[in-house]
Amino acid sequence: MSDSTTSIRSDAADVEPLTASGTGTVPMPVGAAPERRSRNRPPHARRTTRDWVWLGLAIVFGLLVAIPFLIILINSFKSPTDYNTSGPLLLPKELYFDGLVTFWNRVDFPEKLWNSFLIAGSVALLAVALSVLNAYALGIGRVKYRTGILLLFLLADLIPQEALLYPLYYMFKAVGLYDTQLAIIIIFTVIQAAFGTYLLSSVFGTFPREVLEAAALDGAGRFRTLVRVVLPISKGTLSVLLIFFFIWTWNEFLIPLTFLVSNENQTVPVAITLLQGDRLMDVTTTSASALLGVIPTLVFFLIFQRTLTRGITAGAVK
Amino acid sequence: MAVTLAARRTAPRRPGGRADGMSAISGVRSSGFWFYLIPGLLLFTFIILIPLVWNVYLSFTDWRGIRPPEFIGLENWIELFGDAKFWASFRNSLAMIVAMVIVPTLLGLVLAALLFDVIGRKFGGRVASFLRATYYLPQILPVAIAAIVIGWILRPENGALNTVLDAVGLGALQHNWLGSPDTALVSIMVVMVWVQIGYPVVIFMAALQRVDPELYEAAELDGAGWFQRFRYITVSAIRPEIFVVTLTCTIAALKVFGPIYALTGGGPGSATIVPSYYSYIQFFQSQQVGYGATISTALTIVVIVVAIGFIRLQVRSERAEGER
Repeated sequence: MSDSTTSIRSDAADVEPLTASGTGTVPMPVGAAPERRSRNRPPHARRTTRDWVWLGLAIVFGLLVAIPFLIILINSFKSPTDYNTSGPLLLPKELYFDGLVTFWNRVDFPEKLWNSFLIAGSVALLAVALSVLNAYALGIGRVKYRTGILLLFLLADLIPQEALLYPLYYMFKAVGLYDTQLAIIIIFTVIQAAFGTYLLSSVFGTFPREVLEAAALDGAGRFRTLVRVVLPISKGTLSVLLIFFFIWTWNEFLIPLTFLVSNENQTVPVAITLLQGDRLMDVTTTSASALLGVIPTLVFFLIFQRTLTRGITAGAVK
Repeated sequence: MAVTLAARRTAPRRPGGRADGMSAISGVRSSGFWFYLIPGLLLFTFIILIPLVWNVYLSFTDWRGIRPPEFIGLENWIELFGDAKFWASFRNSLAMIVAMVIVPTLLGLVLAALLFDVIGRKFGGRVASFLRATYYLPQILPVAIAAIVIGWILRPENGALNTVLDAVGLGALQHNWLGSPDTALVSIMVVMVWVQIGYPVVIFMAALQRVDPELYEAAELDGAGWFQRFRYITVSAIRPEIFVVTLTCTIAALKVFGPIYALTGGGPGSATIVPSYYSYIQFFQSQQVGYGATISTALTIVVIVVAIGFIRLQVRSERAEGER
């Protein structure tokens, strides 16, 4: 599991509705910016020189973080000769697409995109479904030993994947699922659902009791209550989980690397990494390969950021 | 993962003394809900539990992957304790903790406080959100791709960093950054700081929403300097988040794999070897499955001990806070 695991907890709790403040343009799952200011004083008052120095430092630091992206961007559109004469920092003399095109064809990028999309999409859907079932039993059903079961599930998130790697490799080989995308989908459905169960159990645990009472009075059974009452009300949290599971699975590396040995099954990060250091990769083609790895996640983030905010405000959970 | 919080929240004190064994839906017994746990528990057993136990068992065997595993007792474990490369891999894990936990948390605290306390208040929320988004950018990448981005800049022949050094007259500083033992680890650490920095900033800024800005203004009027405001308002208000960030990042640091695989393959020599990569090469390159299982079991134990230690520390400090 990636290091951003817990961010969802704080994010889910802190996303604010899109207001006129303009935070909508910022690609962040957390819409809450420090907008509050003192009411009885004009905004931006008393900017001292020190404040400007601090702003300058914050911007310099932002540039340091952004520069690697910019360098990759400009050099992906340079010819190797142009790179050798003008260096890495100047804009390309003319736009050169050969590097990108070469790499695009070499990895069969559309195929890798589709593989990643299929795996991440299936995992996101299945893991949300599994999390809902688990959390319904733990959070609302309040079955016996629920705390112990929850801790057990969390183990899936905690342990390093290397500790499962060889047995899984052996098991999936034995059942003929090694080197299939289905294997990756099954494994990550379980791993992501561990976190989903944890999050949803705590959301369901605080589910408005009156709503459940009303459903019971209407004679709804367990399944009907889940589908007609619990799911619609938790829509916001579920869509956040869906998006996080998608991105996390997209970014997974070790298990896809080990399991997907055939080129035509590989995901975007795996295929790009495996071609690094290849003889046929000149300097700007390598840069283009990094750019192709960066773009999809960047795009998802820009798209999902809106869904996230809308989902949270519409779902009215938390 | 704030396990204690979860455990507490899923088991809320029952208002109105509801009988045990009953679900949150009145009149419906808990036992009927077991049905919903069946797929989850089955899948968990096959994908997590059995492999995990099996892997521990494998650590007591000699297995080359072809003939059936042969039980050899503690031999692997004895070898492990005398294996200089294994200890080197854990030393490098400490370097990863510096790069992924200590530096990003400290820097993240300062940046979050700066964005919230100074820039958000004096220059508006938009500027602060924009900067926060910029810091967060590397976090959204697959970590292997992030490593490739930085690796490209550090490449020895005509790499961007070396070219720039040459251009500004510092050609003497040119270096094979990832290829020489003295700089390879530091280069990986730079990658990880770059990857991690956005995470604490975002979490801490979200946490700071709880703090009333008037508090800062009142403190400022009382003559509290920036550092005092930072120390007594910012840091003390977001203590729980600091715990969560340090815990999750420490675990992530112990598990680092992608950047090592993409950039150095653990080398040169064993300069950048980490436990997860070491077990990976034992499994799939040396075909020493038993020994690979021993390394990964050792890593698992370390991760679990660290997690439990953190959570106990958190509980204790929460209790101390409550008593004050």
